Formats: sequence, C-alpha cells, structure tokens
Amino acid sequence: MKKIKKIKIKVNGKMNLVIKDYNLSELLKHLKIPLNKVAIELNEEILDKKKISKIKLKKNDKIEIVHFIGGG
Amino acid sequence: MVNLKTDNFVIAKKKFNSRLIVGTGKYKTMSECAKAIELSGAEIVTVAVRRVNITDKNKPLLMDYIDPKKITYLPNTAGCFNSKEALRTLRLAREIGGWKLVKLEVLGDRKNLFPDMIETLKSTEVLAKEGFRVMVYCNDDPLMAKRLENSGADAIMPLAAPIGSGLGIQNKVNIQIIRKQTKLPLIIDAGLGQASDAVIAMELGCDGVLVNTAIAKAKNPFQMALAFKNAVVSGRQSYLSGRINKMLMGNPSSPSKGII
Repeated sequence: MKKIKKIKIKVNGKMNLVIKDYNLSELLKHLKIPLNKVAIELNEEILDKKKISKIKLKKNDKIEIVHFIGGG
Repeated sequence: MVNLKTDNFVIAKKKFNSRLIVGTGKYKTMSECAKAIELSGAEIVTVAVRRVNITDKNKPLLMDYIDPKKITYLPNTAGCFNSKEALRTLRLAREIGGWKLVKLEVLGDRKNLFPDMIETLKSTEVLAKEGFRVMVYCNDDPLMAKRLENSGADAIMPLAAPIGSGLGIQNKVNIQIIRKQTKLPLIIDAGLGQASDAVIAMELGCDGVLVNTAIAKAKNPFQMALAFKNAVVSGRQSYLSGRINKMLMGNPSSPSKGII
C-alpha cells in the first residue's frame, strides 16, 4: 500500500499535518471554514478567496484565517 | 423646527439616521450584544478582526447575530500598536467582504491606550491612497486633527478620555476648536461613561458618538443602550436649537410688572 505523505503547516499559529498536494480550498473545507465570513493570509500575503483552489500547500506554510468578532 | 428624519449623519457619502455608533466588545454573550445594538438604534457597529478558532468550530459567529446587510460593520484595528499591524488588519478586513469604511486606531501605550498619532497619521495616508474610507481615532489635539484631515481622513474621532475609562469629555475646549476648524464628521470616540456624556458631546457640536464599554458594562446594558440613544438625539436637538447666553446674575422668568 502506498504511504500517504504528510507535510507540516501552521494554521492560526498551530501546527497541523496535512496531506501533501492538498490545496488550500480542501483544507478550508476540512476545517469547516465559512469562506464568505473570513479572510485568508498565506505567508503574510492576503489571498484572493476565488483563487484558493489553485494554491497547493507547501511544507512550513503559514496560514492565517481571520474573521470579525466583537470589539470597540 | 429641525426634522431629525432629514438631519442625516453622513459619513463617506453614506447617509445614516442614527448618530450613535456602538462597539460590539465586552458583552456577556452575542445575543446580549445584538439586543443592546437593536435598542440603541445604532446603524454602525465597530468590530475587531481576529483569528478564527479552528479547534472549536461551534463557537458562535458575530455575523450570525448581527446581520452585516442591515447594520454597517466598521472594522477596527484595536490592539494594533504600529502602522504595519494596522494596515495588515484593515487589508484583511476588506478582504472578508469588501469593507472599505474602517476605523483606524493605532495605540501608543498599553496602560493609557492613547493613540500613537505619528503611526496613525502614516497609516491614514496609506489607507486613503488605497481607497479606504478612514474614520480615525485620535487625540483631542486640533493640530493633529487638521493633519489627519489633510491626509485624507473621512471622519475625525477624538477621544473624550482614555478608552474604557468612563471619565467623559476631559477637554471641551479642544473639542470645540476641532469642531470649528473642520467640516468632516466629528465623532467622540472612547471614554464616555454615561448618557449625559453623550449629550455634552452632541451639544459641543459633534456629529456623533461612539460608545462601547459604557453600554456593555452597565448593570443594565439594554436600558443604557436606550439611554444613549435618547441622549444623542437630545444633545443634537439641543445643539441645533441654539442655547441661551450664560450670565453671571439672575434674570427672573416671571414679569416684574403687576406684582401685588
């Protein structure tokens, strides 16, 4: 049986293991993130949400997913 | 007679009826926050940009309680201590769903929470060039307010007192000077403690007030939300009505003629 290769990435400051060749859209679906309510940064660059299915995750990628919360 | 329905509050060319902006922080629950906002009549609420909790997916979302189609979200940069952090936060906020109207707040000191005006000014210039409509939290300094105006700010929002202090307006003179020098919307932001503070702000000629802690942390936030709603209307009416002159001596209200 072929072994699934996994890579380490950081999501919102926490280490995560994901399948190699996973794309960002698949990761967000897996995390159940409502796309219309968030913004996403990959390695400190803001992403266009329409293009995330084209982005393949790489080892040591840093992803930030933010949304609105209560604040003054 | 001033018709309050046509006396609109205009920010970045958008008309609002309510001159009260409320913050959505510090409430016990999201539903308490939503109810207080409804009672306050506010049409604009400030919101913060933070990381999504990826481990607890069932955590309630602000957008599920306050509909951004009905209430204008004003993303803020609370917690940012330099221009780089503030710009990153607001660019992310815009990406969430096209928000261009934002509240810039760059703090300079963790204890008194006063704004760092150098960083604030730098950020205002960049944001205005990038097409943001920027409402700027600032010190009650007329010279800095003028510089912000020249840098492309859409609203000047001087503090009444330190954020969350509840002290009310500490420097009425400066607020009046800023009022006289600017045609931009002038909104008192931070430091109000009770409804009468909002009346004073409006009577000084401010276009609106922004309140968070005074409502959220009141013993009865719902009643306080209503009190602020009424205070802003009352203060605006009072300002537009033109107050009497102050005099040192008394002036009887009843005619002196015909006294028996």
